[in-house]
Amino acid sequence: MRSDRGHRAPLVLKIAAGAGLLFLHLPILLIFVYAFTTEEKSYQWPPPGFTTQWFAVTWNRPDVWQALGLSVQVATIATAIALLLGTLCAAAVSQTKFFGREAISLLVILPIALPGIITGIALRSAFSLFDIPFSVWTIILGHATFCVVVVYNNAVARFRRTSGSLIEASMDLGADGFQTFRHVVLPNIGTALLAGGMLAFALSFDEVIVTTFTGGQQSTLPIWMLEELIRPRQRPVTNVVAMVVVLVTFLPILAAYYLTRDGDQVAGSGK
Amino acid sequence: MTAAVEFQNVSRHFGQVRAVDGVNLTIAPGEFFAMLGPSGSGKTTCLRLIAGFEQPTGGHIEIFGETAEGVPPYRRNVNTVFQDYALFPHLNILDNVAYGLMVKGVDKATRYREAEAALELVKLPGYGARRPGQLSGGQRQRVALARALVNKPRVLLLDEPLGALDLKLREQMQEELKSLQRALGITFVFVTHDQGEALSMADRVAVFNNGNIVQEGTPEEIYKQPKVRFVADFVGSSNVLAPDVMKRLGGEARWASLRPEAIRLKPTGEGVPAKVLQASFLGASNRLLVEAGGAKLHVMLPADQAVPAIGSDIALGWGLADAHYMDDAA
Amino acid sequence: MTSAATTSILPRRGGFFGALSDAFWRRPKLLLFLMLTPPLLWLGIIYIGSLLALLLQSFFSVDEFSGLINYEFTLATYAELLRPANFDIILRTVIMAAAVTLFSAAIGFPIAYYAARYAKGKWKAIFYLGIMLPLWSSYLVKIYAWKLILAKEGILTWIFAKLHLLWLLDGILALPVIGGNSLSISYIGTFLVFVYIWLPYMILPTQAALERVPGNLLEASSDLGATPRQTFRTVLLPLALPGIIAGSIFTFSLTLGDYIIPQIIGSSRLFIGQAVYSQQGTAGNVPLAAAFSVVPIVIMAIYLWIAKRQGAFDAL
Repeated sequence: MRSDRGHRAPLVLKIAAGAGLLFLHLPILLIFVYAFTTEEKSYQWPPPGFTTQWFAVTWNRPDVWQALGLSVQVATIATAIALLLGTLCAAAVSQTKFFGREAISLLVILPIALPGIITGIALRSAFSLFDIPFSVWTIILGHATFCVVVVYNNAVARFRRTSGSLIEASMDLGADGFQTFRHVVLPNIGTALLAGGMLAFALSFDEVIVTTFTGGQQSTLPIWMLEELIRPRQRPVTNVVAMVVVLVTFLPILAAYYLTRDGDQVAGSGK
Repeated sequence: MTAAVEFQNVSRHFGQVRAVDGVNLTIAPGEFFAMLGPSGSGKTTCLRLIAGFEQPTGGHIEIFGETAEGVPPYRRNVNTVFQDYALFPHLNILDNVAYGLMVKGVDKATRYREAEAALELVKLPGYGARRPGQLSGGQRQRVALARALVNKPRVLLLDEPLGALDLKLREQMQEELKSLQRALGITFVFVTHDQGEALSMADRVAVFNNGNIVQEGTPEEIYKQPKVRFVADFVGSSNVLAPDVMKRLGGEARWASLRPEAIRLKPTGEGVPAKVLQASFLGASNRLLVEAGGAKLHVMLPADQAVPAIGSDIALGWGLADAHYMDDAA
Repeated sequence: MTSAATTSILPRRGGFFGALSDAFWRRPKLLLFLMLTPPLLWLGIIYIGSLLALLLQSFFSVDEFSGLINYEFTLATYAELLRPANFDIILRTVIMAAAVTLFSAAIGFPIAYYAARYAKGKWKAIFYLGIMLPLWSSYLVKIYAWKLILAKEGILTWIFAKLHLLWLLDGILALPVIGGNSLSISYIGTFLVFVYIWLPYMILPTQAALERVPGNLLEASSDLGATPRQTFRTVLLPLALPGIIAGSIFTFSLTLGDYIIPQIIGSSRLFIGQAVYSQQGTAGNVPLAAAFSVVPIVIMAIYLWIAKRQGAFDAL
């Protein structure tokens, strides 16, 4: 890390940077306040009073639990598929030099680089073209497609940092391809995969645009929230759900950060 | 006796690049063999061909009389000490050393006992619980050595193993490697671009250039009787003299190498006239840079001999046999 | 130690896996092929196939009377995009995307600059997480938060009232085009939410580009007599530009394709995303929806082509 030696940050810059961070965080903190408001018909500020009763109300709502359950199911399966496909792709791209690796990188990034609505409508028109009925599986298929990229990015970065001679060293010492994968490759990319998997889970758990196109009657938690946003019926319950979603998504992000933070020391080079 | 390693007309081409091009090589069992050459000369590719990381595009390789082509590295009883050591960062030192035995299915107690013994051999007893990141470069190098030796390889390959160490440590490791090799009797094949290292450690040296061996022999032969200009240029601190210069100096009109310590000062009037350009004090000797016959030469004088003044005219002489003639081939 | 092996070539490990491992070593291309097949099948066939199917649909048209799709090649659907009502949607979206991008770059730069050059140790981590957490927080929750903020009875109105600046808020809302009945149903509201949601995507690449500017380059500049302002303009900004362009790819593309934000916070006038959604849904005009969705792809392709020439991809 570099710094401008002998210079301290100008005050204007400090204020601008601090204000920027506040701008990013205050709206999210506001959610936490609203979860406790006694007002149920409007978004009144300041809240007329505080209560914890909406947590109990939310807890007893079967539709919230159903949406949550579906979201977890979709995110888990989509993450598993993304882990497999992303790791395979990253291994192929980084371990070997072959013609077209840039094209493959582009292919992996495309589902997230193009606006979600395009991915969504493209998949929807393909489903209708082949008469595939909308189900949990069509949602999963869409989610897995754009989750591959986060696993891929994490795995490629770690493969790049892992010295290629480690694999040769393992083979040299008598380990065949499978033993090398189990004893050397997997332990070295494991945390990167875990981090990528968590980010993929968070991405899928939160996804709404593609889901509106690939889902049928099933509603994931974001779809449930979207309906509440367009036609608010249960403001207090929405407030509580929003707060819980914030807390739940923070955990995998923090975990992924700590898992990849020490990445630089994992490199195998002795120099 | 079967050779430890034998190359018969071995080539390794990468597309248009001929990294190794028709190499013939025989390494005797128990030998300390050095492959010397500039980077890109094919020496490392040859090492990787022995280890099995590369497959030859042509020719035949034998390791102790057994065909090596098509045999993956994990089935060759050959181990490598890597240039960057390639210690597994997720394992501690003991598990690193025991790795080869672990994948072969040796039970835990035995493999840890042997790993400890190997660490003792490289003078790192009790370091087993540490992580590679906690060790110095020299210590990591020893661990890499122990990790290879614990498998009792029939050939040990060393890829520029001392390159990353500082001068003093390098000299110490050179001596240790040599005595270790003598004690174990294992064939060592050593790749280096440092001619001093190759000459001081190896029983035999192969000098590589452009994917092929240009000369092979004992360090003394390589040093004193370079066959081609490239070897004289690369290996020694010899004066390499062009045919026209040799002719002016009274020799044959061929390329020749003339070692600085073979040149003596002569009384003026006798021998070849020369002019002193520079003098440097080297401790045990003094080195002169002189001009003679239209070329610049180095002359090594014993420390007890008086150093002529810079700019003065002197005369030089050498024995007929000291001018070593060679081919022009690069 | 165990006795030294007497052979130099060891036997193959038994079983299927031993043989397979040898085969992979002998034919690395086979392994590569096996590794690439599943992801390429998935992305290449399912995803690219879907995109091509979509593209194909845009060359069909809808019969105006029966409402059925006419499967004949025509450019008529693309011509429909140029009708004033549709072209307005495209223009509105592109202007919004450009405004969001410029504003994000302006307020993102100080944060990226501070995080890259001044934040150290603990503060470095705080800045990193401070950008990553909002980036990864639930998209809908973030929009919801702004619905709370911008509501007529919400916190922003309250702050203006406390500061006795309600006249200013009313003045802003009275502005033609960008104003409205309340912030949550005005272009200003849509714009604010877009900036808020995509800002982290601008900060991260900018920060990455700034971190790669060697500190001694700035010292060299001031050593050669440049004032801090000159150093900023002639050294720092040109070197950070690829990062800003990389960030703008995100902010621009994401704004072009979004249909949820303008649906929840904004006036009833449509953006491209909403047009796609309503054309394929309620209107049932899939060819027009497909043609509409080709618009952001084409705009982004042009944008990426320009960005590539500026070297923005190294900062991604």
